[in-house]
Amino acid sequence: MKKLINTLVFVAATLVCSYSFSYNSDPKIFIAELLDDAVNTLSDKNISISDKNKKIKTIALQNVDMVALGMYTLGPVRKTLDQKTLEKYKILFEKYFLKSLTSRLADYSSQKFEIIGAEQKSEVYTIVSSKIIESSSQPEIKIDWRIYTKDPTKPLIRDLIVEGLSLAKTQKEEFNSILSSNNNDINILFSKLEEFIKN
Amino acid sequence: MNFKKIIILLLASFILTGSSVRAATEKECFEKLSRGIFKFNKGVDRIIIKPVAKGYNKLPKPIKKGTGNFTSNLGTMLTVPNHILQGQWSKAGESAASFVINTTVGVLGFGNPAAKLGLENQQEDVGQTLGAYGFGAGCYFVLPILGPTTVRDTVGMVADTFVDPFAHVTIREKELANVSGSQIDYFSVKGAGAIDFRADNMTNLDSLEKNSLDEYAALKSLFLQNRAKKISNTFSSEDDDWEEFNK
Repeated sequence: MKKLINTLVFVAATLVCSYSFSYNSDPKIFIAELLDDAVNTLSDKNISISDKNKKIKTIALQNVDMVALGMYTLGPVRKTLDQKTLEKYKILFEKYFLKSLTSRLADYSSQKFEIIGAEQKSEVYTIVSSKIIESSSQPEIKIDWRIYTKDPTKPLIRDLIVEGLSLAKTQKEEFNSILSSNNNDINILFSKLEEFIKN
Repeated sequence: MNFKKIIILLLASFILTGSSVRAATEKECFEKLSRGIFKFNKGVDRIIIKPVAKGYNKLPKPIKKGTGNFTSNLGTMLTVPNHILQGQWSKAGESAASFVINTTVGVLGFGNPAAKLGLENQQEDVGQTLGAYGFGAGCYFVLPILGPTTVRDTVGMVADTFVDPFAHVTIREKELANVSGSQIDYFSVKGAGAIDFRADNMTNLDSLEKNSLDEYAALKSLFLQNRAKKISNTFSSEDDDWEEFNK
């Protein structure tokens, strides 16, 4: 009986989770819903920090094109690496990205977002424009979301462009700097990523 | 080495690298030295600039907003000639109108009534004008206190003081339309602008510092992207490297 109850609770929890993390496929509504969900999670005083981070990570894992972003960020070096090394990189990048994301979102959790509009740039990309509304601590900030729409039923975030500056490109150049100043030794990048994840 | 020699050296390296550097903006002039200066600048920021900016952030909003408007309005004096040099006549007209309205109706630029009339006040400088003319950025380096720059932007920064009427009145202490000033005025305004910028970006810079594996490289990337955006006056997030993942 206890087993059955546990199973039912697990199934119910899974259903609730899959429902709450399924957003509209229209890129503009997708970002609006995702932001609402993320901001509500971060500002909910009844949820512990650890649970908040878990939920944010789940949202990110389901809605960010993690593999493409990771490979893009690695730059041309990715073409020289074997499959095993690439797999290790993917795991480390995901952990790094999620830790960095939760930290960044916590920094901006008290801010209010507003969706301005959306523009389809190509068959596979739509840019959703939003802004952080001006507050006493900082001016208005424009944030564009680069949404990959190859599968129109499942839009995925590929980049955040803050005031015209691409965070994916910045990340790529940061990794590239570490690699190029260490003879493209991927192990140095791995150790830096591991250090960041640990701290 | 005196000031003239530094300028000649910078101009020479600009000319030597200018024709071929459009695609090579990531090239460093002297990375080790730049990283050292970056560390020094971080120290200055930690000890002086950041605490002042934190205090500035505690001021009432109208005072902060007024200071930002005031420094930005004076910056328009440099923007107008640069719009003209780039052949952007309507933007030059808009910026000039913004300056006149804000200086008069906006009480010396502390208010920004021009914005309410839809007059956009972009910031342009000689570095951007040179970029618009097709000069490449040249290599990248970091200056003490002044921060990230390129050869083109350093040449531009020196040229700014010749193009900017405000610099003419203050740095060279020449009278213009019965207005005179001193070097202290110039550096006070630039200093206030820097503090205003630092205060506005408190969260952004703290977040960048906390989440970077190589903060020097991250700031370099952001600086170069920002300059490219300002020069083209457009924004493009396109990057050929994404193509591979679009299949």
